[in-house]
Amino acid sequence: MSTDARPETAPLGVVMLCHTALHRAAQVARFWLAANCPVVIHVDRAVGADQMEAFRKDLGTHPLLRFSTRFRCEWGTWPIVAATQAAAEQMLAEFEQVEHVLLTSGACIPLRPAAEMTDWLAQRHDVDFIESVSIGHAPWIKGGLSEERFTLHFPLSWKRQKYAFDMLVDLQRRFGIRREVPRPLQPHMGSQWWCLSRKTLQGILTHPKRARYDRYFKRTWIPDESYFQTMVRIVSDRIESRSLTLVKFDRNGRPNLFYDDHLQLLRRSDCFVARKIWPDAHRLYDFFLSDHTTREAPIDPQPAKIDRYFELAAKQRTEGRAGLYMQSRFPLENSVNSKTAAPYSVFCGFQQLFENFDFWLGSVTNCRVHGHLFAPEKAEFHGGATVYHGAISNSAALRDYNPRMFLANLIWATRGERQCFSYNSRDNMNSELNWFMATDRNAQISVISGCFILPLFRGEYKVDDVLGHIGWLQRREQEFISILQSKWTSADIRVWTLAEFLQSPQEFLSQTIRAAFPDARFSEADMPQSRPLDGFEEYLAQLRNLGLPPVLLQDYKR
Amino acid sequence: MRALRKSLELKSRVNRTAAIRSGDILAFTTLRNELVRLPYFLDYYRAQGVGHFLMVDNASDDGTTEYLEGQKDVSLWVTGASYKASCFGVDWLNHLQWRYGAGHWTLVVDVDEFLVYPFCDTRPLHALTDWLESQGRKSFSAMLLDMYPKGPVTAHPYASGQNPFEIARWFDACNYSLKRNPKLQNLWVQGGVRARAFHGDSPEQAPALNKTPLVHWSRKYAYVSSTHMLLPRGLNKVYDDGGGEQASGVLMHAKFLDTIVAKAREELHRGQHYAGSREYIAYDKGLQDQGDLWCSFSTEYINWRQLEILGLMSKGDWA
Repeated sequence: MSTDARPETAPLGVVMLCHTALHRAAQVARFWLAANCPVVIHVDRAVGADQMEAFRKDLGTHPLLRFSTRFRCEWGTWPIVAATQAAAEQMLAEFEQVEHVLLTSGACIPLRPAAEMTDWLAQRHDVDFIESVSIGHAPWIKGGLSEERFTLHFPLSWKRQKYAFDMLVDLQRRFGIRREVPRPLQPHMGSQWWCLSRKTLQGILTHPKRARYDRYFKRTWIPDESYFQTMVRIVSDRIESRSLTLVKFDRNGRPNLFYDDHLQLLRRSDCFVARKIWPDAHRLYDFFLSDHTTREAPIDPQPAKIDRYFELAAKQRTEGRAGLYMQSRFPLENSVNSKTAAPYSVFCGFQQLFENFDFWLGSVTNCRVHGHLFAPEKAEFHGGATVYHGAISNSAALRDYNPRMFLANLIWATRGERQCFSYNSRDNMNSELNWFMATDRNAQISVISGCFILPLFRGEYKVDDVLGHIGWLQRREQEFISILQSKWTSADIRVWTLAEFLQSPQEFLSQTIRAAFPDARFSEADMPQSRPLDGFEEYLAQLRNLGLPPVLLQDYKR
Repeated sequence: MRALRKSLELKSRVNRTAAIRSGDILAFTTLRNELVRLPYFLDYYRAQGVGHFLMVDNASDDGTTEYLEGQKDVSLWVTGASYKASCFGVDWLNHLQWRYGAGHWTLVVDVDEFLVYPFCDTRPLHALTDWLESQGRKSFSAMLLDMYPKGPVTAHPYASGQNPFEIARWFDACNYSLKRNPKLQNLWVQGGVRARAFHGDSPEQAPALNKTPLVHWSRKYAYVSSTHMLLPRGLNKVYDDGGGEQASGVLMHAKFLDTIVAKAREELHRGQHYAGSREYIAYDKGLQDQGDLWCSFSTEYINWRQLEILGLMSKGDWA
């Protein structure tokens, strides 16, 4: 056998549509040529003569390399299809051994050794790999128009004539202008990147009615994702409706770029080719264009992992992380369901009614329970801490500068541990904060109204104008309760008057705690004791004689 | 106009802007007496892919000017005029950006600010700007994150060329206040260690931390107040208000090193900073009194992924 015999031409031909990063396209072309795969390159006519010259020079001459007739390809328009047709015709005409033609772009990268792909295709020599989805079943279309892509006229460029384009679509809709899809075509769509058998490609390119069909597709919208996808249905009987090229689209319908750090992810793909590669992703080009892929142990394909990766990114962009307020996520009031990151409990009056309520709650729930987080003097963090998770200060001034953010920060910084705190009308209540909590589905708010009077009754602090002070506390509590009883709330809310609550304190308390902590373990015997209320009725009577309005605690009787 | 008038105060020292190629990312900086910080600063941004540095030296006398003259990728202007009267350097830089920045991605940073963006350990800054462009975005926000050491700031002197975050390794993770500025659409972010340690009684005076340092510049643009606000105001809309997250970064702020003590003194003396230098008055006092900015809930810096998980910055949908 002669040593300089021309190697056999591989049965896989590669068509490359290129318009930028030509040095990368040249590298990839050499990869295919080295494996004896014929390559036909289409270079966009927008590429300048000097760049084109440099590109040709870079590639040199090769018996298996051809350049096809150049078209000016604008996104979403017919010339992309025309360029593909011309290159494919050239491929079939000039390389007889080619059994499959792979359509790629200059920003694609092969993920496996060429030989692996040709062997794989040889075993499936009459199968066409093309994503071809009936338009009635393509909910994944991004960018608005779906069926109308086929039934309206699109003579304008969406990129350059956006306004006129939209106007024309509107006009056609309004006047009910519809194009007939030529029979027997059934509109199908799918990824632009396919791998078709010689027989099928020949069938499409030499179809007796091709001129008629081409005329129709020239005025459809994004024909590069529908021409071959539709035509293949009338000439092929062995379609595997999937693309051998991995492309992940973002929410605007643009392909996500792959970077160096995606190397391991790409190795897990079950596809043969990936796009789009960022031109400066040196590591990816070095790895996949070298013989690394042959030398390194194969990895089990896990395409679901790749899907998941990009789905998570899309979700972060559209939904974001609940309860996070930061420089690039600042939801408008009521534009989101969750205002905070995790459930929390607000207790009003419990601390005043029960002996060591916070201590007891902490012991039965294993939580670090705070005191009055919004106390006028300072934020009473658990254990009297001066600073808490996230480096949140207990300074009342810092807290009151932005109380909602104080709370949202605390909940975000302690995700995983339910926050519980006391809140009543002596605290720095503020109607913004009240609304924030009342409309937050993470909040559990439990109120025993009227308890603010108990510290006064017990003489825990003194004020000069008792009635005035009580009136002030009462007004604030009423405001809070009326917000809680409005129809806009989404928190889990319980409100009792002191008298109502005292009818069955243990039961109500136990109900409340179990709603927040289904696993809390405590028995009747463990319940905290109500602090003594002896003489409270007399105290109330005294206040009423001084002129306290009877509304307050009017149902209270022992 | 204002920038143009103020530009008369600038004297070109070395102009190597002819070396700027189209597509280069340009950094703009005003500084004064920062010799010790410069080697690390320049190398940090060179490694990220900044193509050229355009710097205004406000009357340094520590060798900063001479050092910068010797750097091949630096163009230098000098001025002896008032930093305060130039709106804290904004006028000077606005002019340089107008003159040289149009069509480029421009990064406005101080010598103690270090940009961290999603995937900055594996993707150069060009990858980010390419992607932003593909998304039709003109601006990218990076909140200022004040870093500090554990113990007194003077305990570990900073050596030239050293990574400052080997010393100032700690930060406040979740004590930031955000408010919307209805006029210019930007968010007003305050908090962090400076609010916690120096503004416990005067939160409204705590410094603003919202910044938009990376902008695809056009001659129609201008910074209004430092890099906190831009015109036209659409450039300030770097956040999503429907619940989603835009991609964003962090400017790690290496202010609290031993160098700050001397700086605070000097700045107090010069009175050239914002609002009567009250910030520096507070540092001078605060750092002397307590010395330690660290608290038991301070967070130690690991990498950008940590900042992302903490929610200080976001990948958005840049996957």
